[in-house]
Amino acid sequence: MPKLPAPPLPKILQPKPKRPGEPSDAGALNPVEAGITVVDWLDERTALSPGLRWLMWRKVPRGINWAYTLGSATLFAFLNQAVTGVFLAMYYRPDVAGGAYESIRNINDNVFLGQFVHGMHKWGASVMIILIFLHMGRVFFYGAYKYPRELTWVIGVVLLILTLAMGFTGYLLPFDQRSYWATVVGVNINAGGPFIGPFLSDFLLGGADFGATTLSRFYAIHMLVIPGAMAALIGAHLYLVTKLGISAPPWIKPHADQDGDHALVEAEV
Amino acid sequence: MNQAEKEAYLRDYSILKNEGKPFFPYAVAKDGAMAVIVMVVIIVLSLMFGAELGPKADPTTTTYVPRPDWYFFFLFEVLRVMRNVPKFTPMATIGVPTICMILLFLLPFYDRSPERRIERRPIALAAGITTIAAMAYLTYSGANTGSPNSVDMAPPSSLSPAQAAVFRAGAQVVGESGCLACHVIGDNGNNGPGPVLTHIAATVPTAQIASTLRNPTPPMPSFKNLPPQKFSYLVQFLSDLQ
Ligand code: HEC
Ligand code: HEM
Repeated sequence: MPKLPAPPLPKILQPKPKRPGEPSDAGALNPVEAGITVVDWLDERTALSPGLRWLMWRKVPRGINWAYTLGSATLFAFLNQAVTGVFLAMYYRPDVAGGAYESIRNINDNVFLGQFVHGMHKWGASVMIILIFLHMGRVFFYGAYKYPRELTWVIGVVLLILTLAMGFTGYLLPFDQRSYWATVVGVNINAGGPFIGPFLSDFLLGGADFGATTLSRFYAIHMLVIPGAMAALIGAHLYLVTKLGISAPPWIKPHADQDGDHALVEAEV
Repeated sequence: MNQAEKEAYLRDYSILKNEGKPFFPYAVAKDGAMAVIVMVVIIVLSLMFGAELGPKADPTTTTYVPRPDWYFFFLFEVLRVMRNVPKFTPMATIGVPTICMILLFLLPFYDRSPERRIERRPIALAAGITTIAAMAYLTYSGANTGSPNSVDMAPPSSLSPAQAAVFRAGAQVVGESGCLACHVIGDNGNNGPGPVLTHIAATVPTAQIASTLRNPTPPMPSFKNLPPQKFSYLVQFLSDLQ
């Protein structure tokens, strides 16, 4: 099999060359080699490793700082919502007649660590909203939405809208007084909108009034429609980030500019 | 950005990228550290505040004043302020956020200058700071419109201290009884379906107020079952609203 070139790892992580006289491990199948064999086997069939290399061993420009971790922190908060949400979905019943409220009561009071996971989902939502705004702020103030990253930004705005929509649809699900009345007002606001307003509120309510289908609609939107769309869009967002490269902080100028440009001018002269 | 500027940017960027470090492990390590912080924050919040559940939803109550989650306070605040100008309510609550979203969406297409340093983009800097300030202000005032069930009014200065105490007690009964779901009193409450009560005593005599509270016209519920003490505080409070 052809060997791929060694990745640009820092010194400490690179395998040390053998010293003369050390026994060679050619032939022996030590654990590390077995691992490599499995990876090779997979790679021969899937050819995944070039993609992985492209993702992991791409370079990030000089000067990257902590503000650049906000995007991945948002992603992490999203994953937290996904995982805790799956656990909540195992106990939740979208039943207006009291089942929804009782099932959340049950999660809080009886299920092992239920209140904790519910709390992580609830507070995780706030954390994600804060992070997404901070991430957007970083991108805005660094001018990182400019050429060639316009599309990354546009997808980002859609992600922002979807994240807020998650907050809105999720708020109804516990079906206590607070969530019920906030949602009634929210839907009324939508209904007042021009053109699509009435249709949007009809669609959300599943009819003219707040009825039995409303809650299951909100549930389906909250846990299937929007998360699916978000996962796909985050994929596209990250593909673009990788493809175009992370922007450098705007105040960093290439070193090569001073001597590089000079060299060019001198060579021409 | 014209073609030359684009090419200049790409050239500079590729040099900077070459001078940089590989994503793995350098950026991954930072991202991982940040992920740990995020996780710890979420866990601490969950342990400290849990996920309390309010009383069960009851579509027949009219006395519950809705509160959204904090990140929609700004929208509710816009709604609350615009309530008083009914003609503009839909425009303000749907129109303003929609326009803001469209402006945000199209940002890379109308802001096309090659300059990226924020201190050299005065319009972007001003717009960014204004937006942040406006959102922060609306969220803050949305959070502080008080518990929506409380009446925030100073007793008129003409009252004696004892009367002022009755006034405050009455204001509290108003809050508990959910009058604000249908009435405006001072800066508090929803405009409609009931009439504004800020100066109710100027037009309606005290006895009639009391009888309205006992035998109102629907949809206003009757309050004849309030404890007598509370009922008298309530009537006294309303009759002080000159
Ligand atoms: C469900 C909504 C609702 C609630 C809750 C409500 N009201 Fe009313 N109220 C109304 C409506 C509607 C009217 C107008 C009825 C009419 O036109 O006769 C009204 C009329 C009144 C009037 C007579 C106003 C006038 O100009 O004659 C008074 C006084 C009054 N309400 C006080 C109260 C107080 C005090 C409370 C709380 C203890 C309260 N209301 C709770 C809906 C409500
Ligand atoms: C679910 C929400 C989001 C996730 C998971 C996410 C994730 C990421 C990640 C991991 C990066 C890599 C660089 C970094 O971390 O700064 C990134 C970059 C970027 N994001 Fe997001 N993002 C989200 C929302 C948004 C929003 C709301 C916007 C703007 C409206 C946006 C615009 C951008 C842009 C323009 C870049 C490129 C920045 C650069 O190259 O410097 N993203 N995003």
